[in-house]
Amino acid sequence: MELTRRGFLKATAVGSTIALGFDVARAKAEMREFKISRTTETRSVCPYCAVGCGVIIHTLGDKSKNAKASVVHVEGDPDQPVSRGTLCPKGITLKDDITHKNRLTKPKVRRPGSDHWEDISWDDAIAKIARHVKDTRDKCFVAKNAKGEVVNRNPGIAMIGGCTDTNEFNYLQWKVITALGVPYRDTQARV
Amino acid sequence: MSVQQNLEIRRSSASVWGSQSGMRSVPTVSKYIDTTTCIGCKACEAACIEWNDLRHIATEQTGTYQTLPTLHAEYWNLIRFNERDFDGGLVWLMRKDQCMHCEEPGCLAACPAPGAIVQYANGIVDVNPDQCIGCKYCETGCPFDVPRFHQTTGKMAKCTLCVDRVSVGLEPACIKACPTGCLQFGTKDDMVALGARRVEQLKSNGFTNALLYNPEGVHGTGVVTVLAHGDHPEWYQLPRDPHVPILVRFWKSFLRPLGAIAIFGAVIGALTHYTKFGPKEVRGVDAPDRNLPDA
Repeated sequence: MELTRRGFLKATAVGSTIALGFDVARAKAEMREFKISRTTETRSVCPYCAVGCGVIIHTLGDKSKNAKASVVHVEGDPDQPVSRGTLCPKGITLKDDITHKNRLTKPKVRRPGSDHWEDISWDDAIAKIARHVKDTRDKCFVAKNAKGEVVNRNPGIAMIGGCTDTNEFNYLQWKVITALGVPYRDTQARV
Repeated sequence: MSVQQNLEIRRSSASVWGSQSGMRSVPTVSKYIDTTTCIGCKACEAACIEWNDLRHIATEQTGTYQTLPTLHAEYWNLIRFNERDFDGGLVWLMRKDQCMHCEEPGCLAACPAPGAIVQYANGIVDVNPDQCIGCKYCETGCPFDVPRFHQTTGKMAKCTLCVDRVSVGLEPACIKACPTGCLQFGTKDDMVALGARRVEQLKSNGFTNALLYNPEGVHGTGVVTVLAHGDHPEWYQLPRDPHVPILVRFWKSFLRPLGAIAIFGAVIGALTHYTKFGPKEVRGVDAPDRNLPDA
């Protein structure tokens, strides 16, 4: 079919008139896309209070090599037996907490007499803590009490557990502080 | 890759028919709000902002715990901390202020842009920003004063009942977050039954005027609210008997059809005149005298 310039213009005019007669809006009425349909879900525990609500962290991409997993959404984990998917306002805004520019992502140290924090590597930090623990234990260790009974305790150190620690972590923690002879033990879960 | 979403539309603004085929009967969904067990933790407010990717807006301390004085285009869900003095002292009458998703939506009735406000088959009332012309007529039409004009986008914004979540089978973000369980989500029938049970319980606990707020004036709402003081909905800043404004009804059901008839009549009249008397000709010395169009 041969189409002249004039014929083409006529066809366009007729075509657009016909198109205007149809309800374009009907075809377009669709809702916002479900934003977490293909995100990666990672289970975690809310870091704030002693309830330790379960959270599901949604990150971009499917964990493939070239995808940089950035947190896009956090919501409650319905399988957590206590919170059952609910969260408080602090928990529900965890995304902002995780992605915030001021979030602490590496260990820091404030040395005695210093007025500022400085960066320290994980190895140095752990070595330093181990040194302090050993020194304190050597200094404060009580092998026998006033009556001469063997007590083997270390009153120079106290231990406080975190509320979001898992059972397994608490078991290990308890073993370590028992081995050190630490008598003062508490947990933040009582707060 | 997105999840295919095509909820049927029950009603659409400024058009006579929705696109509901009527082949499937989808249950109407509803939110349940128990104002008596709300502790004002604002988890629902935060969840709403987080899920809907709304911007954080600056707040101001005005002597109340309430986040904002009223709803905002970037704040679709607000717990109203209504303070009231009773014999025992101060009582907070918490109320979750948001779109009520009326069965007979005033916003939809008032909207002049085709398809800008739609009611899906499951009863959710949503604003479609693609079609919205930002005329603010829905503000006038809403008996609950919910839709807000967004200054930067020039569109109206309000709670969507998380239609993107509901359409894939999830509960709205605010409902999921609520730690006391004063917010529940389900079919309208279930929520009304739940509300009726709670009202009975409240009545036996001494709140003899307890009521499930589901006003008949708008044929019921998609958000049912349990009020301990049901005889005073104004204490919760709720209208006693909400209706679609009479002017909106008058304009939509009388003036608009009348205008359409007038336009139609004018066209018919012009055509009739043309066929009967032919085109108007300028009578001049050179013009030939013609009474009939050349046929």
